[in-house]
Parts: sequence; C-alpha cells; structure tokens
Amino acid sequence: MIDTFYEIMRRQGVSRRSFMKFCSLTASSLGLAPAFVPRIAHAMETKPRTPIVWLEGLECTCCSESFIRSAHPLAKDVVLSMLSLDYHHTLMAAAGHQAEAALDDVLKKYKGNYILAVEGNPPLNNDGMFCISAGKPFVDTLQRVAADAKAVIAWGSCASWGCVQAARPNPTRATPIDKVIHGKPIIKVPGCPPIPEVMTAVVTYMLTFDRIPDLDRQGRPKMFYGQRIHDKCYRRPHFDAGQFAEAWDDDASRRGYCLYKMGCKGPTTYNACSTVRWNEGVSFPIQSGHGCIGCSEEGFWDKGSFYDRVTDLKQFGIEANADQVGIAATTVVGGAVAAHAALTAIKRARAEARNSEIAEARNNESGG
Amino acid sequence: MGVYETQGFKLDNSGKRVVVDPVTRIEGHLRVEVNLDSKNVIRNAVSTGTMWRGLEVILKGRDPRDAWAFTERICGVCTGTHALTSVRAVEDALAIQIPENANTIRNIMQLTLQVHDHLVHFYHLHALDWVDVVSALSASPKKTSELAQSISSWPLSSPGYFRDLQARLKKFVESGQLGPFANGYWGNPAYKLPPEANLMAVAHYLEALDFQKDIVKIHTIYGGKNPHPNWLVGGVPCAINVSDVGAVGAVNMERLNLVSSIIDRTIDFVDQVYLPDLQAIASFYKDWTYGGGLSSKSVLSYGDIPERANDYSASNLLLPRGAIINGDLSKIHEVDLKDPEQVQEFVTHSWYRYDDESKGLHPFDGVTEPNFVLGPNAKGSRTDIQELDESGKYSWIKSPRWRGHAMEVGPLARYLIGYVQKNPEFKEPVDKLLKDLGLPLNALFSTLGRTAARGLEASWAVHKLRYFQDKLITSIKNGDLNTANTEKWAPATWPKEAKGVGFTEAPRGALGHWIKIKDGKIDNYQAVVPTTWNGSPRDPKGQIGAFEASLMDTPLAVADQPLEIIRTLHSFDPCLACSTHVISPDGQEMAKVTVK
Repeated sequence: MIDTFYEIMRRQGVSRRSFMKFCSLTASSLGLAPAFVPRIAHAMETKPRTPIVWLEGLECTCCSESFIRSAHPLAKDVVLSMLSLDYHHTLMAAAGHQAEAALDDVLKKYKGNYILAVEGNPPLNNDGMFCISAGKPFVDTLQRVAADAKAVIAWGSCASWGCVQAARPNPTRATPIDKVIHGKPIIKVPGCPPIPEVMTAVVTYMLTFDRIPDLDRQGRPKMFYGQRIHDKCYRRPHFDAGQFAEAWDDDASRRGYCLYKMGCKGPTTYNACSTVRWNEGVSFPIQSGHGCIGCSEEGFWDKGSFYDRVTDLKQFGIEANADQVGIAATTVVGGAVAAHAALTAIKRARAEARNSEIAEARNNESGG
Repeated sequence: MGVYETQGFKLDNSGKRVVVDPVTRIEGHLRVEVNLDSKNVIRNAVSTGTMWRGLEVILKGRDPRDAWAFTERICGVCTGTHALTSVRAVEDALAIQIPENANTIRNIMQLTLQVHDHLVHFYHLHALDWVDVVSALSASPKKTSELAQSISSWPLSSPGYFRDLQARLKKFVESGQLGPFANGYWGNPAYKLPPEANLMAVAHYLEALDFQKDIVKIHTIYGGKNPHPNWLVGGVPCAINVSDVGAVGAVNMERLNLVSSIIDRTIDFVDQVYLPDLQAIASFYKDWTYGGGLSSKSVLSYGDIPERANDYSASNLLLPRGAIINGDLSKIHEVDLKDPEQVQEFVTHSWYRYDDESKGLHPFDGVTEPNFVLGPNAKGSRTDIQELDESGKYSWIKSPRWRGHAMEVGPLARYLIGYVQKNPEFKEPVDKLLKDLGLPLNALFSTLGRTAARGLEASWAVHKLRYFQDKLITSIKNGDLNTANTEKWAPATWPKEAKGVGFTEAPRGALGHWIKIKDGKIDNYQAVVPTTWNGSPRDPKGQIGAFEASLMDTPLAVADQPLEIIRTLHSFDPCLACSTHVISPDGQEMAKVTVK
C-alpha cells in the first residue's frame, strides 16, 4: 500500500527506463516539447492519486466483492496506492455525518477531477424512495455526484442495464444510470458481477493512459467485450464436432462436451470469461459444468429460462429416440455453424450491429 | 410515545435524537436513529432498512429451476447461500433426491462462504470499530513483533516487517489522501488497543484483503466463478471425472488438489491470524460489555450442513437447530418452518399494507403491497427525511416473529444453541475462549460475544471444509461419481401444484425460502432472511428488533461520533439487500406505487 503511481508501476515490473519512455510518449502525445518529460515524470511520481467516489444504489454488493478479488493488480494497491477510494460505503471507516462530509470534501476539492463509479442503479418509482441514502432518494445523490465527475464507470449489469431488480415487472422502476446521467462519458462494465481483473484493468487503463478505453456502440470497453464467450470457449471444438452434453452429469458432461444443449448462452454473450477466466484464471462457468447464463447481456433475466435451449428446441422432443436426437443434433450444429460463419462476415462489415446479429443468429439456430 | 417497557428494556425517546445514515461497512442501506440522555446513553433505538428491490415479485411466473440465479442476486456478499436455499426449496416441493456427492459439494460451497464471509467481515467491515489506524503510527515495531510472536506462530511477524508497514502507513497519512480511512473516528476514547496491537491489526487487515481472494477459488472450481457461482436443482453442475478422457473439463485430481491446498492455507490463516487477533483484541475490550440486546433472551437457528444427503432433520445437521425464548437456557424449542403458527411477518411499522395489520402472516401466505408513509411526528419531508417517527411506519424491513417473539439470529445464536445442547464442537471452544479471557458465560451476551462466536465459527467451518473435502475424495475412491439426479428435471414430471421450504444457516443467520409451484411455474416465492430477523422494526406489541435492542443503554464516548453504534451494529454483519425482499402474491398491486 501507500506508494505513488510510479512506485506501483515499478512494482508491476515497469523499469525506470520504461517509465521515462512512457513519460516521453505522454509528452509527445500531448504535443509537448521533450523538456516537459522530466516534469511529467515528476508529476507521475508525486501527483495526488485520482479520487474515486463509489456509489451504491439498488444492488447486492457483488461488484464490490468482485473488485476486491482482483489479483493483478491487487485490490489493495488499486484503492490505496493507484487511486484514492474516498467514498465507498462498503469499505469506508466513517459513517453518518462524517461519511457525508467526506463526500462533500471530494466534490468540492476535486471538482471535475474525480471518477464516479456506480454499483447498482436508482429506482424511480415511489419518488425514488425505494432506495434512500441520508434521508434522500438515491437518484438525487447520483445526479449530484455525477454533475462534476470527470468520467463515470457503470459497474456491473445493474448500473449498465438494470439487472435483476429491473427484470419484469421491474416493480421499483430500477433504471440504468445512463438514463439519469447525461453529458458525461459513461463506461459500462457489465456482468453479474464483472470479472475482477476486468474491473481493475478498466480503472488502471484510465489512470495509465489518462483516457477512457475504446468503447463499442453499447458503451462497453472493446478490449474485454468485443468477443463472445463462445468464440474463445475451450469446449468450442466439441460444439463444432457435434458433441454435446444431453443431461446433467451424463457421460458427455463428464467428458467436458459442449453445454449448448443444456442452455448455455455463451454463443450470444459478449464477455471475457473464456479468456481472462475467473479468480486468477482458475475456471469459468462453462469449465465448471454449468452453461453461461449470459449475465453481461442486457435484459438477460427476461430472455427465457437459463435452460431454454433444451426445452425450446423442437428438434429435441423428449419423446424422440436416441437416433432421432443424433440426426437432429447434426442438423442443428450445421445450422449453428453456418450461422456463425454468416455472423463473422456480418461482423467484419458492420461491427456495431450486434443486437440484430444476435437476433439473426438465434433465428438461424432455432430454424436450423 | 414517551416511555414504555418491552423485553426488559425501558424505551425513552425524550432525549437528544442522533441520526446515523448511512451506516457504512455493511451490505446495503441502513439508517439508525437513537435518543441519548443527558449522559449520552442510548435510551431509544430505531433501525430502518432503506432499500427495497422486490425480487420475489419478479420471480412470480418464472421457471423454478431458474430461481436460484435470481435469489442468489439478493446478496453478493453472502453469495451462494440464497441459491442453495432456493434449490433446496424447489427440491423439497418436488421431492427431488440429490446424490451424496452433490450434498458434500454443496456443504463445501456453503462452508467456504462461511469462512470467507466471516474473515472479510472481521477485518474489513468490523475491525476499524476496534482498531485505531492512526494510533498504529506511534507503535514500536519491535514491541509489535514481540506481541505478534507471543500470540501466534504466523511467520510475517518480524520487527522489520512491521517497521516497513509503519513507514508506508506514515507516508500514506502524510499524503493527506486518506481514502477509505478519511473522517474515521481516530483518537476516540472508545478505542482501547495499545499502538502495537493497532499496528499488528492493520498489517492483518491488509494481509486478509490479499488472502480472501484465494479462499473463494473453491467456489470457482465447483461453481465456475465467485461472486455468484452456479448451482443446479437436483445436484451440482460440476461433473466428476478423475481418470477418463476429458477429465480436464471436470472435477479431476488437479482440481481436488487445488481445493485441498486452499483449505490447508485457510486453516493456517484462520487459526494463526484471525483467532489470535480476535482473542488479543477481545482482551483489551473485556470491560466494554454492551450490545447484548436479545442474545440473552431469544435466539433462533434453523440448522444447516446436512451430514447425509436429503435428510434435513435436526439430528442430521452439523450446525444446530432450535429456538431459545425468554432467556430460558434450559429448553431448546423445536422449529418447524411449515407450521403457520411459528414464523410470521408483521408490517405495522413497515412500509407495506395488510388488510389487518394487527396480525402476522406465515410466509406461504405472505402479502406485500408497498405503502411508503411516514409517521405523524416525522421531521423533514417525504423525500428529505430528517427524523423518522417510530410510532408509525419506518422501515422497508418487515417484522418476522417466532411464536410472537422477536429473535436474534447468527453465529452467536448458533453457538448458544449448540452450547446449551452440550455439543462439544461448540461448547469446548467457547469454554476455552472464556477461560483464556477470564470471562463468565454471560459475557457472550454482548457485541464482543457476537464477534467472538463468528470467529470461532470460522475456525469450525474451515475444519469442516477439510472433513467434507476428504469425504468427497473417499466417495470418489469408492467409485461414486454422481453429482446430479435428473429424474425430475423435466417440468412434465412435476405435480400440477406443489409447495416447499428450503433453509440454510447463512453467515448472518437463519435463512428460509418458501416456494409455491403451479403448472410448472413459480406461483409464490418468499424469502425471510437473517437481517429481516435482526434488523426488524417494532411489531404490533411494540417489541423491538435485535439491532434496536442491542443498542439500548450503551453510552457514547463522544456524542456526535457514532463509533459504539456502528461497532454493535457491525457485530451482526448486517446485510440490507437481503433483508428487504418481500413478496407480493399479486404483482398487480405494484401498480399502486406512485410514479414520479
């Protein structure tokens, strides 16, 4: 803990020379003369850590829990050394008036220079009073803090899309933050929760490069949400070979066959689970035998059962005998593979049209 | 309201009102208001859950096999425990029997949560109520090392280690950016530790923050990720394959070894760091005996960790089950979650509407219609509350009662019941701790007792982890690889109507889910969770909840610093996202809610 940004970079294996090079690049990208390099280096070595205000609305705290699971960098280094976690209910020592005073201090002292990170979302029904903080509706606090933030991070599927409390019938009218915060860059980091190292990578990217990551049309960092779980799934060869688990704990399950027919949403889910994996790369849902439930996708709670591929696929009626299922499986796989090929082509042409692609892929698959 | 007596407490709301909102270092949103007398002693306490998400409303009409994923999102701190409770409720309703290996792996998942949750609670949510970070700056590293080495064989204990940490801490404080430590109550006379104990505790705060991420890898192996691992009605989703083709994609020897090594390291951390720290800290707070609340009167536990699969009777549960009422330690009452007379929820003081609010409703018949109205004496406005009026409605939490009694749940409740039952697994560690500290049994009925029971339970749980991991390996060795029963996976095999109850002992206490299934869909779902019990507002009889009771008669060292208040509240490990989920049997009622 308790190091400057430079010291942290050193600890992460960045040499003094690389650090100076980084400062030169920063200088040239800002159009500054080489004489400014030592000044930038000095600033990086001594500059105040960027304050972060972490607000929590309707949520379950899984994002905070995920964040502290980060192994590289360690959550400790991020919150104590790389930035300054100045307001975060889950971890802060102060409570009540002293907590609110800490918030007021940041808003005043670092006006326009702090990052707002939001976990959860505001409910708009009932005058916003389904989520009360310091006697007031959470949405008021959210908008007040957002007003002078440098950038806004939407942690998880709650802040990005609404998540579980916004599932039908959304009784509290839980609302994604980009519907109530306007005129600010918002970086969506969806997932329930997002992967720990993805969370810390988004933050450290912003600190290291002093800009927000490249985002896709839905506002997600392209570097982590640009590919589907299915694209990089280690069980993909089984999908391509038509080798599927047919029932929980069957022989195919034990052999690690594809979980597509068990309802896996990997083919329609954009996330880094199959590449970065979870908890220092130990595993990810598919590796541990359960299909992906699509938790980083908008409205994933309302797209039918998590096991729907099994029950909804007409080809796999429970009355069919093994031979019929086998034949149907081959057909479906063919259709699905064709759909993927088509998808790839479309993607190259129009990377932004993701939603329609998914819909199309679905149509192809269920019709195949 | 003036003055009245309930449950042995004399409530008087005439003194100075102090509001604490937000209560931090908890899960979710909690507000507390207290009245102080002229000596700054708490004479009235009002606890308010300030969030509502309506998950059970959302569950209506969904596939019961999906319910675990929804309910798991009730809480990301006690992640997994709602999912386990949910699959048990569905299996109870549909009479699904799970394989022994599935029961063993579920126990491993649940025990992993207990250990992780207790450890993170102690160091990251609770320690700063006892540990003065700024005081650590004046510690002698050499003496800190002597202290650390006198209580534990944990290797990170040299004078150089503490000197280095202290230097970094000093630099951090001098930077003026105190981050999460800003505006803390440093220097408050209610902090009792010498500087050396503070420095040691700060070191372990940081070590625990690094270590906790390793414990949850057990969830990642069996459940794919943490937070929010995956579960399955009928068993567990992870298949076992230790010797055949494709074992790399299943629970195999390498995975089993990884779990084993994590368990060993966790045993070391809990027994060499957590427990010695707990005992060291407790030894300096022996005279601070406040916070007992309901613990000496009424406690409840449903029990958990079934030794054998599919048997949820008390004799098969390793965590004890039962209720103690009216402080009568001579009798453990039997608990039946399906008995309509036992668990009931009231809403007289909650922001909901019943036809007859003098009566409680059993969870199978629960009703929820939000009704956000403030009492006549509340100060401020509807959207800018200055002071609540506890004579009216004042919380998003309902008031559950067991046979009409307000109950405390959690590790202390479990340990008290286990102690009274003379179960040596619970009685012996308690007796040893009390003897080491030179304290009588009734010292348990306190804030510190609650915190101590949690620490003892963390140790119990991590050793039980070892037991169940060995049991799993023995089972595999004997040729049993089964992890799921799919006989009743297809909804076509289900009865037209069914209802069931699932329960667990979550880290914070007794947790129950009640489900009704009709035509293959969820017809009704209700969760009554630990913090609903502990954080409940008053009931029609004026009985106060466990949080409220625990704050009574506690003196504050500094009137405008709520250190003692949050210390005692934290000893329950409150989880507000959990507590404020209630169900509507008729989703249409929600339309009455005012739209901004």
